[in-house]
Amino acid sequence: MAVHLPRLGPGAFAVWRRNVLVWRKLIGPALLMNFGEPALYLLGLGFGLGHFVGDMGGVSYLAFLASGIVASSAMTTSSFEGMYSVFTRMVPQRTYEAILATPLEVDDILAGEMLWCAAKSLLSGVAIVIVALFLGVVADWRAIWVLPVVFLIGLTFAGPAIVMTAFAKGYDFFNYYFVLAITPMMLVSGVFYPIDTLPPAMQTAVQFLPLTHAIDLVRPLITGG
Amino acid sequence: MDAAVVSAKGLCKRYGDFQAVQGIDFHIKPGQCFGFLGPNGAGKTTTLRMLLGLTPLSGGTLDVFGLPVAEQARAVRARVGSVPQADNLDPDFTVRENLSVYASYFGISARDAAPRIDRLLEFAALTDRADAKTDSLSGGMQRRLTIARALINDPELVVLDEPTTGLDPQVRHLIWGRLAELRSRGTTLILTTHYMEEAERLCDELVVMDHGRILDQGAPGELVRRHVEPEVIEIRAVPDDALTRLAEQAGCRVEGLGTSLYCYTHDPAPLLSRLRERHGLTFLHRPADLEDVFLKLTGRDLREGA
Repeated sequence: MAVHLPRLGPGAFAVWRRNVLVWRKLIGPALLMNFGEPALYLLGLGFGLGHFVGDMGGVSYLAFLASGIVASSAMTTSSFEGMYSVFTRMVPQRTYEAILATPLEVDDILAGEMLWCAAKSLLSGVAIVIVALFLGVVADWRAIWVLPVVFLIGLTFAGPAIVMTAFAKGYDFFNYYFVLAITPMMLVSGVFYPIDTLPPAMQTAVQFLPLTHAIDLVRPLITGG
Repeated sequence: MDAAVVSAKGLCKRYGDFQAVQGIDFHIKPGQCFGFLGPNGAGKTTTLRMLLGLTPLSGGTLDVFGLPVAEQARAVRARVGSVPQADNLDPDFTVRENLSVYASYFGISARDAAPRIDRLLEFAALTDRADAKTDSLSGGMQRRLTIARALINDPELVVLDEPTTGLDPQVRHLIWGRLAELRSRGTTLILTTHYMEEAERLCDELVVMDHGRILDQGAPGELVRRHVEPEVIEIRAVPDDALTRLAEQAGCRVEGLGTSLYCYTHDPAPLLSRLRERHGLTFLHRPADLEDVFLKLTGRDLREGA
């Protein structure tokens, strides 16, 4: 069988559009999640912990944390969507079964869902940047460049999440991926503290984690550093 | 002769060691209603899945509209409507949205879809439920919506997998009426069923399948004439030797099944007069039908499983 990346075509956009239409119906709780959660994190940890920490990596702890959370939230948003939501559409709702009776193919579904995972990451990124803006930790207008980066981070994590869904027998299976991959990455890749405080061996190890590089891209764009 | 809408030669499907479909041939003419009749596990659904290009063939050839399905599945599905065995409507959408979103999968623009959706809602008698969520619909309404959805691309061929299983008789009659209407417009229909009445009413031609093979093929009446005597007397009693002898002496071929004795004959008069002499027996005299053919061809053993 020939191996290729999912191809973006009109079919993929039809799948993507379906998800947008569903999202629009549930926009209230979705936006509350997008804005409320990072706001609470930043206020609670940023101000609370920041009071004791002071500056970190040359910027205020709030700015340091906000930029880290933009990246990590893109990762978790995309992973959630690629696992729980995709599984729901694949198994209990049998949405894909219905779609596959039309001219669309698995390739279209895959491309459309990855695009949607990335779009949701972008939404979460926009929300956090807006919250950060209100908290006064966005350096200048060039922070806008963080948005395409966030979209790419979402796309990066959509693939492995959907692979997990392909193997999953049920929702419980996703605990493995979250506990063994997502949560450790969130803790060691530089969201909460700079990676140069890690032991040297760990500093090398974290270079193999995608989130580390995502944060390297996002942080200077937000903090201007 | 018209070119066949569907043409299968030596069609096979294997799942591991299991032979779901074992080399079947069939040709479906345009405008026909073609039925696949068979017990559970006969290979009907697998055949339909191959027809839609949803599962690869293990052997043989399968052309739809003259196109090889294996290579041209997209092009084939663009011209086919599919009604799956279990409804898979989108629960996040209303009735109308289900149709409009489905239209988008066929690349039909919202402007072209709108009048078509109005017509389909009417066809499915769902116009006044257009803005209801699908999970608030009754089973019969969901089924009608699934059928309407299968027509969104104005298909030349509609494939229905057990379209009325699990529905009450009123709904079943309503759906039969709609399918007859479709056929009268020239749409080719393919359906699987294990309801003999459904096959008899709707199908111009059908195949009886079991264990992945076609046992026989023909028009319903033709199959009845070929396989069973024209008249049946069903005696509602646990079959016993005395009754069996009585029927055989009256010139019938006798088969027992459950709590009935089926007596097949060309001349029912002798048995009927003898039965009338015996009081307290319930019996039914009727013309032979597809059910008799089905039971004769597929055997009378109880089938386990799906």
